Amino acid sequence: MHSNKITKLAMIAALAMGANVATAEDPLKVGFVYVGPTGDAGWTFGHDEGRKYIVEKFGDKIETNYVESVAEGADSERVIRQLAAKGHDLIFTTSFGYMNPTLKVAKKFKKVKFEHATGYKRGKNTGTYFARAYQGRYLTGLIAGKMTKTNVIGYVASFPIPEVIRGINAFTKGALEVNPDVKVKVVWASTWYDPAKEREAAETLMLQGADILTQHTDSAAVIQAAQSKGNYAIGYHSDMSAYGAKAHLTSTIHNWGPLYAAKVQAVLDGTWKSEDLWPGIAEGVTDLAPLNDAIPADVKALVAKKKQAIKDGTMRVFDGPIFDQSGKEVIGAGKTLDDGALKGFNWYVKGVEGQLPKS
Amino acid sequence: MDFELFTNILFATLRTGTPLILIALGEMVCEKSGVLNLGQEGMVLMGAALGFIAAVVTGHAGLGIIAAILAGMMMSVLFAFLAVTLVSNQVATGLALTIFGTGLSGFLGAGYVGMAIDGIAPFPIPFLSDIPVIGKVLFSHDPLVYLSWVMFGLIFWCFRSTRLGLIIRAVGENPEAANAIGIPVMKVRYGAILFGGAMAGLAGAYLSLVYTPMWSEGMSAGRGWIALALVVFASWKAERILLGAYLFGAASILHLVLQGLGFEASPNLLAMLPYGATIIVLVIIASDAAKAKLSTPLALGRPYRPQV
Repeated sequence: MHSNKITKLAMIAALAMGANVATAEDPLKVGFVYVGPTGDAGWTFGHDEGRKYIVEKFGDKIETNYVESVAEGADSERVIRQLAAKGHDLIFTTSFGYMNPTLKVAKKFKKVKFEHATGYKRGKNTGTYFARAYQGRYLTGLIAGKMTKTNVIGYVASFPIPEVIRGINAFTKGALEVNPDVKVKVVWASTWYDPAKEREAAETLMLQGADILTQHTDSAAVIQAAQSKGNYAIGYHSDMSAYGAKAHLTSTIHNWGPLYAAKVQAVLDGTWKSEDLWPGIAEGVTDLAPLNDAIPADVKALVAKKKQAIKDGTMRVFDGPIFDQSGKEVIGAGKTLDDGALKGFNWYVKGVEGQLPKS
Repeated sequence: MDFELFTNILFATLRTGTPLILIALGEMVCEKSGVLNLGQEGMVLMGAALGFIAAVVTGHAGLGIIAAILAGMMMSVLFAFLAVTLVSNQVATGLALTIFGTGLSGFLGAGYVGMAIDGIAPFPIPFLSDIPVIGKVLFSHDPLVYLSWVMFGLIFWCFRSTRLGLIIRAVGENPEAANAIGIPVMKVRYGAILFGGAMAGLAGAYLSLVYTPMWSEGMSAGRGWIALALVVFASWKAERILLGAYLFGAASILHLVLQGLGFEASPNLLAMLPYGATIIVLVIIASDAAKAKLSTPLALGRPYRPQV
């Protein structure tokens, strides 16, 4: 009996100590807010891969939580506030429409660090980050420009915001550099994620003569549509070759892991500051999926050469001369559009067909 | 607008409308029996997920369709048990079913994201599909499009001139009276709910096996909700559901085609077109208030407790 009691006491003591130890080494709580489901094989999938990367890297030093399929706008504010109130130290909000809600919540939770993807508004405890995905777009534009036979390339887009327009412009600039007759047709699907609608948008573009498609939406439906009609397509977000090995030329992909790890490390070290991070091909955050064998060797070599030039910093995608749709020179040779201009794109470069909608 | 484009728009219209028709017809039968099942989105997603999984595992898209129907029915049995047998609140139970189905389908399908299958190929009907224009528009589809017409025909006929149709309506109008004349109210409601589940599962199969042969979470993108609204705006009439679904499909396609043609309008405005056009047309058709009231099943959403 006696020994039994001692054991019990020892157990309680051990439990209490264990609890103490746990508070002393409280893991850093990292929260993520996703706009789509983690299984979308696109944008949200990529961010969740980044989350898994930091879980692997930091182990029990951190605890991660995520909320998926959070609608942009008022609903997201509630979710972000809830994460902050539950004691998260660092919160990543991963969609453009979370910009104002993030800032609003950040003002109330001054000790919590916020990181908002794709936005342009920062605060004392709110930083922004994005990948220079447009660098990948430019490289895929080179491929499309070289490989189109009809000289019409279709672009399934989501919403006319600077991020998407920048992608269209970078892609078109690449295509036009290697093929002066090329035209890029844009269809706005008015959704980030609706496979059936993305597919119809792709079909519409092919009907109107496009033989190569690319997309700024989140599912792989565009690749499938191209495959079924024997055309080519270029994916986005993740390697989409599984959906159409023949059609899939390549994809512009994101690799968020290293960026997230750096941010977590900064919070752990107490060196976190509000900043605007915009890494790209040079940092490995933007990359291309393996190139399809259907791409001729000289085109592959050209892509490799330009990719290296971007990496080395000897070339930037929006180096002049750059012309707008009407053919007017926006900046001359020897100059380059600065990041401010890239983040505020509200005009098309030469080679894009149709009017840019005033959203 | 050139002719080929026009035929293609019509063709795509029918394809876009098909999942809506399947879901809405199933829900209509369910509502005619007096049961409001808001779980459509969850049942569609379960159908899409399990249909896709079955197609991957067995290698037969046809078996995928059967699995999708069974998945939809499984979900609807759960709903029927709660809402009919245990007499729970139908609205709350239906909403819970949607949340449950959305989550469960994502969980079960997680390992199948990124996989590709061949899907179900179109089946042009011999001879008929050779007719110019009409052949392409009506008779070059995949089997599920034809099936949606067959289902429409059956349901239309069922409610127009069969005893079964009368029984379902009696249960939906006044379950107590139906019970008094010896109609097994619970069984009829179970049957109607199961039928709705099967149709929703079939719509799921259409999405994940035919339209875009892949599985990704939440791929129904709100079609279950649109179909639910469609049933109300169609005032519980099968022919208006058909009209509404195709109208919605046509407007969705026009939203995309007009842009490609260089039509200058805000894509946001164009994106509203399907919702706006469908609601306006169906509301105008049903504008006779007295008649509209008549078409609503009287006992809709009202739980029925069998008298012992």
